[in-house]
Amino acid sequence: MSVVTKLTPKTQGLAPVATISALPSRPRKRLVLPGWAKGLAVNTVPPLMVMLVILAIWEIAFSAPGSNLPTPSVVWMESADLILEPFYVYGSQDIGLGWRVLTSLERVAYGFGFASIIGILIGAVIGQSIWMMRGLDPIFQVLRTVPPLAWLPISLAAFMDSRPSAIFVIFITAIWPIIINTAAGVRNIPADYRNVAKVLRLNQIEFFFKIMVPAAAPYIFSGLRIGVGLSWLAIVAAEMLTGGVGIGFFIWDAWNSSRLTDIIVALVYIGLVGLLLDKLVSFIGRVVTRGTSEA
Amino acid sequence: MAYLNISHVEKTFVTGAKRAEVLRDIQLDIEKGEFVSIIGHSGCGKSTLLNLIAGLTDVTKGGIKLDGYEVKAPGPDRAVVFQNHSLLPWLTVYDNVKLAVDKVFRGKKSKAERHDWILHNLDLVQMRHAADKRPGEISGGMRQRVGIARALAMEPKVLLLDEPFGALDALTRAHLQDAVMDIHARLGNTMIMITHDVDEAVLLADRIVMMTNGPAATIGDVLDVPLARPRDRIAAATDPAYLKARQAVLRFLYERHRFVEAAE
Ligand SMILES: Nc1ncnc2c1ncn2[C@@H]1O[C@H](COP(=O)(O)OP(=O)(O)OP(=O)(O)O)[C@@H](O)[C@H]1O
Ligand SMILES: [Mg+2]
Repeated sequence: MSVVTKLTPKTQGLAPVATISALPSRPRKRLVLPGWAKGLAVNTVPPLMVMLVILAIWEIAFSAPGSNLPTPSVVWMESADLILEPFYVYGSQDIGLGWRVLTSLERVAYGFGFASIIGILIGAVIGQSIWMMRGLDPIFQVLRTVPPLAWLPISLAAFMDSRPSAIFVIFITAIWPIIINTAAGVRNIPADYRNVAKVLRLNQIEFFFKIMVPAAAPYIFSGLRIGVGLSWLAIVAAEMLTGGVGIGFFIWDAWNSSRLTDIIVALVYIGLVGLLLDKLVSFIGRVVTRGTSEA
Repeated sequence: MAYLNISHVEKTFVTGAKRAEVLRDIQLDIEKGEFVSIIGHSGCGKSTLLNLIAGLTDVTKGGIKLDGYEVKAPGPDRAVVFQNHSLLPWLTVYDNVKLAVDKVFRGKKSKAERHDWILHNLDLVQMRHAADKRPGEISGGMRQRVGIARALAMEPKVLLLDEPFGALDALTRAHLQDAVMDIHARLGNTMIMITHDVDEAVLLADRIVMMTNGPAATIGDVLDVPLARPRDRIAAATDPAYLKARQAVLRFLYERHRFVEAAE
């Protein structure tokens, strides 16, 4: 109430003309940003601030002599080359983290690619049949919870080679959410779309590409998004066990030779790449499902 | 035999142990080029009857013949305009019609001819201007127009309309009714239209099929509407023939077959 009583006399007392002419004459002290820069600042400044605070706390907490973990400044001193030069090549095993990430990503591309294609196909078939759904869904729900690495021994036994095994682990990890989501999406296709397809006498293949995939796309993409996250989790873990030149093995190698600072840098890489993968899939999903989610 | 012949059709839905007799002994002949409205209280089985003609549902007993052929499965010769437009939201207006045209006329028309045919049908409903818009970007009335264009583009033997304007406001409704009358006059399609609206039924139809209440609904009466075409809604409003037909339908619906909420 007090605000109102304060304001009323003020607005009454000031002639509007005076207010308008007074404003531009005052020199502006605030920095005026264009719209996009403002948006950028809003999105980047707070996380940067928080990160600085966290780094500061970390630095202080672990700077005591005899501390087990390196501080950020030590990480920078010992592993700056990894951060600054992601793409160096000094030998077959001594390559930049960028190359390692790319190697891992290549495996993810294979494993996740297969999982997407096969997952969507299986999901489509299951979603079409209520009985398949009832029969298979519980099985999928169980298999879905199996941790990625638990598949590795079976996979190694089957393929007798680490590279296909790692890809298979990604495949088998990523496929469940894709199947489950696709099936849910297909089951939820409105009866009207099915009727349209029937009246037009679309065949199975036409129905799949022209109705089913676009109609279920929002579901499919949420499955793909979960799948790509799991793939990235799985590859890092699998590589720690199977070796090679991927980022996962790099961490294992660094641990064996006690390069803790390298591990920390690698963790940051993994996190950032994981985030990028997630954003990429959700971006593609948004572009592709633009029409579907609109109406 | 009539162009569309529905003889002794019965439809019983069986879900588990439950049997629901929805339609009983439906008997109806429709001539080529005729415009027939179906009216009846909610839940009596109008949509079911339309779906039987469309082939989207199987008849339990009896048979439906169109142009001498038994109706067994859905097909583009019986295009349906659904109540909620059912356009595919990820396709543009043009592509929605194109989906139908490509499917029906592949091998019969060249690509350029199909393109012209799509635009021609969009012109019929005055929607060419929105060809590149998606269904989400146009109004409900416009969507319904496109739905009609898509159905017309299939060159169906019968156009089936299931309460196509039910969700629209009165003004838009009137516009679309005029559009449908105009198309019917120009192309001479055979049309069957379900409606809840007595005025719509009388204004558009040559004959009005009035259904009794369910369960086990059947055709209670068929009313001829002896109004000359082209019909004008304003002139018709005072035409004795119009008023008489309107009154007959109202009497059927509200005196003889008053709607009773089914107790379940
Ligand atoms: N697939 C089905 N399985 C079982 N019962 C059904 C099925 N489809 C419709 N029915 C029943 O058939 C009756 C008629 O339904 P229908 O949709 O044909 O009515 P309607 O006249 O079109 O109603 P409205 O005017 O509200 O659209 C309803 O009692 C409904 O419950
Ligand atoms: Mg209905």
